Amino acid sequence: MTPGALISLKGVTKVYEIGEDQKVHALRGIDAEITAGDYISIMGPSGSGKSTLMNIIGCLDTPTEGIYRLEGEMVHEMDDNQLASIRNRKIGFVFQTFNLLPRSTALRNVELPLIYAGVPVDERREKAEDALKKVGLGDRMDHKPNELSGGQCQRVAIARALITNPSIILADEPTGNLDSKTGVEIMQILVSLQEAGNTIVLVTHEQYIAEHANRVIKLLDGLISDDTSN
Amino acid sequence: MRFRRRKLRLFSHELKESLRMALQAIRANKLRSVLTLMGIVIGVFSVIGVMTAIRTLESSIESGLNIFGSNTFAIQKTPVMQIGGHGRQKYRNRSNITMAQFEELKRRAQLPLTLSVGDDHWGSRIKYGEKETKRNVVIYAADEWAIKNHNTFIDDGRGIIADDVRFSRKICVLGMDVVDLLFPFEDPLGKSVEVDGVRYQVVGVTERLGQIFGESKDNNMYIPVSTFLEKYGSNGTSLVITVEAQSAELYDETQDEVVGIMRTIRKVPPSDDNNFEVFSNDTLIETFGQFTGGVKIFAIVISFIALVVAGIGIMNIMLVSVSERIKEIGIRKAVGATPRNILTQFLMEAVFLSEFGGIVGVIIGILGGNVVALIFNIPAMIPLDWAFYSLFVCSLIGIGFGSYPAYRAARLDPIESLRYE
Ligand SMILES: Nc1ncnc2c1ncn2[C@@H]1O[C@H](COP(=O)(O)OP(=O)(O)OP(=O)(O)O)[C@@H](O)[C@H]1O
Ligand SMILES: [Mg+2]
Repeated sequence: MTPGALISLKGVTKVYEIGEDQKVHALRGIDAEITAGDYISIMGPSGSGKSTLMNIIGCLDTPTEGIYRLEGEMVHEMDDNQLASIRNRKIGFVFQTFNLLPRSTALRNVELPLIYAGVPVDERREKAEDALKKVGLGDRMDHKPNELSGGQCQRVAIARALITNPSIILADEPTGNLDSKTGVEIMQILVSLQEAGNTIVLVTHEQYIAEHANRVIKLLDGLISDDTSN
Repeated sequence: MRFRRRKLRLFSHELKESLRMALQAIRANKLRSVLTLMGIVIGVFSVIGVMTAIRTLESSIESGLNIFGSNTFAIQKTPVMQIGGHGRQKYRNRSNITMAQFEELKRRAQLPLTLSVGDDHWGSRIKYGEKETKRNVVIYAADEWAIKNHNTFIDDGRGIIADDVRFSRKICVLGMDVVDLLFPFEDPLGKSVEVDGVRYQVVGVTERLGQIFGESKDNNMYIPVSTFLEKYGSNGTSLVITVEAQSAELYDETQDEVVGIMRTIRKVPPSDDNNFEVFSNDTLIETFGQFTGGVKIFAIVISFIALVVAGIGIMNIMLVSVSERIKEIGIRKAVGATPRNILTQFLMEAVFLSEFGGIVGVIIGILGGNVVALIFNIPAMIPLDWAFYSLFVCSLIGIGFGSYPAYRAARLDPIESLRYE
């Protein structure tokens, strides 16, 4: 393992068992390292295991086998409470379907991770406002998700991912539910975040989006078929 | 220290969030919530209502049941209060307490300070000129101790004396209610009143005693016991003997002596129970306590059943609430909520839910219970301790019946919850 690696995966597999003896090998043995400051794009055909890999990196799921080390911590050995804490402190996840609390305002949605981090009210309000301003939503803080456009919702989600100042930002097809113009705007925000020093891993089907990245990992049938840095 | 404060903040957040969610859950399923909370309300209401009612009665009982003077007890054929219908036959077959038995007791007993005999008669009117009382006046057969034994005093004139009894004089002492009614503007002393065709000269007036359970204790008239027996005595008459001990120290001994003599006079075999009742302020309060104890247990059983039913309802609401918010739980977990956070949140929601019902139950229970106070014209009461117990039990019910749904929420897999539509 490279000493400076932020994330290191070794022999990571994921097997889903459906029914009696039917097994789906979503990941068959992933070895990869991610360095701080990287902007990685993961590509591959549908069903190749991109989301599965993202969920494992994002500590939402655990590998069936293999080693996952994040900033020196052995994630694959952790229990649910420890994983929750890692998600809270070190991961910012942006989903294709936004996943905002529908009855809460943009501000409250962005505050949510800080609530579970136990940050006092004033501080968390201030940080949430800053994060929303950073994604250009300074004037939409009190709007609920159903009062916002898809692009605006995704920006709220990005602000929420940013707010704890995580080690890595993961985005699984963040533009998948958006029209191409809005998608470009979202990509611009992610690029600017990377330029500001954040580590980003992005899943996409679009070649032009992948071109922003400085490294492209291609998946095929649960294995890395290509890993190119440029 | 820092860690502690972080925990505290998290808790205060969870509290607010749970309250918000509880309100949301109630609003989202109004009918079901109302029906469920009704169970809690009924459960708490029945306990609080009964406890409030009993408290108000108890508070006035201490003074109200002080119908005897101190160190005084009485003996009569049948109990004053009877719980349940059984045993009526047993009392009916007892022989009457007669004047002869009283005289015998008086001769033999050494310890008592005073021995007094009396009886009462209900349903006659007292007349004075054009005016007359209703039929709710009590006529007491009295000797020289009767007024004192009724825990009252002569306010004006004189009491009944031994000679009044010896010569069966047609004199009387009136209670203040009778005075108010028959002699609103004149002095009753020396005037003559008429009851059931007999004229009695008023020689005295007792002090005003007030009410117990909304009934006046002044609506009465004392006449000498000999006069009384001439007019109202019959084969069925059984007298009441009132005994005053010389001191509190000698009270038990005096009672033992009197009971022993009465058993001999009334020929009770050594192995049998007394064929008469002994009672005092204490036994009256005790008997009342037995009665209220039964009511209390009944109320507790009712409310326990209602609360268990309500608890199952709360579990149902919570399960629905969890399944309606699977996605939300997934989102919260994704941004760092631990299983314990989720568990706490749903548990507190369940507690809030049942507390809503509990608080409503306490309020209407206190209001309902104090209707008794209103009826009997006694001071209102708020049984704070029972209100506290009730709310505590409501919390336990929330925790007890909320834990299964909360556990289900806490165990949800983050990925699957996020995917849930
Ligand atoms: N919970 C699950 N149970 C069973 N099989 C699963 C589960 N989740 C994913 N899979 C399977 O694992 C494989 C990889 O799925 P994954 O979602 O990672 O693909 P993907 O690369 O993200 O595809 P897409 O581009 O369509 O999002 C698929 O064959 C899928 O059917
Ligand atoms: Mg996918």
